[in-house]
Amino acid sequence: MTEPQEKPGRFPFTRGIYPTMYRERLWTMRQYAGFGTAAETNRRYQYLLAHGQTGLSMAFDLPTQIGYDSDDPLALGEVGRVGVAISSLADMERVFKGIPLDQVSTSMTINATAPILLALYLVVANQQGVPWSKLNGTVQNDILKEYSARGTYIFPPTPSLRLVADIVEFCAKEVPGWNTISVGGYHMREAGCTAAQEIAFTLADGIAYVQTCIERGLAVDSFAPRIAFFFNCHSNFFEEVAKFRAARRLWAHILREKFGAKNERSMVLRFHTQTAGSTLTAQQPDNNIVRTTLEALAAVLGGTQSLHTNGKDEGSVIPTEESALLALRTQQIIAHESGVTTEPDPLGGSYHVESLTDRLEQQARDQLHKIDNLGGMLKAIESGYVRREIYRAASKHQQAVEAGEKIIVGVNEYVSDQPLKAKSQPVDPRLEPRRRRELAALRKKRNAGKVKQCLATLEKAANSSENLMPVLVDCVKSHVTLGEICRVLRTVFGEHRPSHSV
Amino acid sequence: MKSKRPLKVLIAKAGLDGHERGALVVAMGLREAGLEVVYTGIRNTPEQIVASAIQENVDAIGLSSLSGGHMAQFQRVIEVLIQEKVKGVLVFAGGIIPDEDVKRLRKLGIKAVFGPGSSIASILAFLRKNLK
Repeated sequence: MTEPQEKPGRFPFTRGIYPTMYRERLWTMRQYAGFGTAAETNRRYQYLLAHGQTGLSMAFDLPTQIGYDSDDPLALGEVGRVGVAISSLADMERVFKGIPLDQVSTSMTINATAPILLALYLVVANQQGVPWSKLNGTVQNDILKEYSARGTYIFPPTPSLRLVADIVEFCAKEVPGWNTISVGGYHMREAGCTAAQEIAFTLADGIAYVQTCIERGLAVDSFAPRIAFFFNCHSNFFEEVAKFRAARRLWAHILREKFGAKNERSMVLRFHTQTAGSTLTAQQPDNNIVRTTLEALAAVLGGTQSLHTNGKDEGSVIPTEESALLALRTQQIIAHESGVTTEPDPLGGSYHVESLTDRLEQQARDQLHKIDNLGGMLKAIESGYVRREIYRAASKHQQAVEAGEKIIVGVNEYVSDQPLKAKSQPVDPRLEPRRRRELAALRKKRNAGKVKQCLATLEKAANSSENLMPVLVDCVKSHVTLGEICRVLRTVFGEHRPSHSV
Repeated sequence: MKSKRPLKVLIAKAGLDGHERGALVVAMGLREAGLEVVYTGIRNTPEQIVASAIQENVDAIGLSSLSGGHMAQFQRVIEVLIQEKVKGVLVFAGGIIPDEDVKRLRKLGIKAVFGPGSSIASILAFLRKNLK
């Protein structure tokens, strides 16, 4: 028997980023959660921590993600829906009440408003007496994929990239344990792109961030180790395992050869995985448990550092406590019962997996080359190229399903009469009026002069090239709200207006 | 006479929701079937959606939401349509809409709600049947 030439824990890390992988330390089980009010979210976090979850993953509602306070007219109907509503320091304090920030790692799915949410987290740490050097966590801070797929952008790409770099630069000095960017392919895959495109578009976004930070004057090895990734794990089992392997190999080469990184930690592609929400079906929802188990297994065999397994109902609603727990148990069974954790990269050396890895790497390289020819990822995004590619692939998938070329159990084959039952999300209709009252009270109670002064300082800083993070920390400490901060930044930076053509 | 030209449909994303896959796949599928399709892009107020529908003189409006904000947003679209005295435009919806809300939306005058797993063919059949 021949041994694969590549070794786990060695450049280019195709076979995993550590020599022993899960034998030494399991992946972090990190279930994305958050909804309704800060108090409800706090209760769900306490519940998940009590049941053995090892990291928090914070979901925000759309107004928070797009820079509107809960009482903004544009927030109508969206407050607390897809995540927790955070408008001010008081909300953030409530979310983390009784959760010592030096004992958890917190991943925040936040992009356009990432600097503000990070500032809020830092101030809560201050209040708990936890030094910033002891904090562990991640802000997604991956604005580029928002223009291609997820849609929670606010400002045009150029000022947005400045904010990304502000976080990177600030954390390198002040919050060294913080993962400053989680470059995501998850959403582009959910939107419909292929596995090879997921690698290429994600790494292309990563390349754009590294370039931005280098242009800021940062040395690549000073920040690249804090960049992490976030991938989807879809249903095609071996292709997904190979995808993770190919992505690791490609990123290591890019960092070493394109950016001249010397530190191996800069070359290492560390990633979080979530199983594919888009593979879940509303029809025969129990089938989703099986789909998620297979996808989770592929993520583990692909060497993920952390994992979210979807609840069986997660395609349609905020998961119930019961389905969230079952999803966590799925990971625990893979970790402790299946025996797959004893050997790093157990599929390495398989002809099928190795050749799939090579093929996906090549396809991703070709795609990256195409993007280079378009003038780089920023240009490819601005011209609508990335979006078109993604939605073309989505449309092709739909055609294949409707033609019966792709079988989705319970949807176009093995259909049963079992009716669809999507239950309403547990959002209290009184939430929005209550949020309006809370914010009105806050605006009355706080020091108005101080708020005005903070916003004036912010405007000045935004117009200059100084790092906005310290200014934002001062703002949120003085109870300036997220919406007020974004209003100032919208005036200075303008708003992104995409072209809708497809 | 509307029937002389291809059916014209506005596919609209209401509210702050950024999930576009469903809306775009439907838009592309209907276009491929020969319909004229206008897509609004994400983040539209109900007022903007109705203004586009009037400006484009569409036969139907398809509203999409996957973030849970559909009741407030879609209801407001219907209100503005009435306010602006828009008549004879078929309104349908798609996305993640709980069963109890489907009933309420139908009462408001939304003719059909297409949930996850719906085929383009079924949407097409619905449009052809209701827009003769």
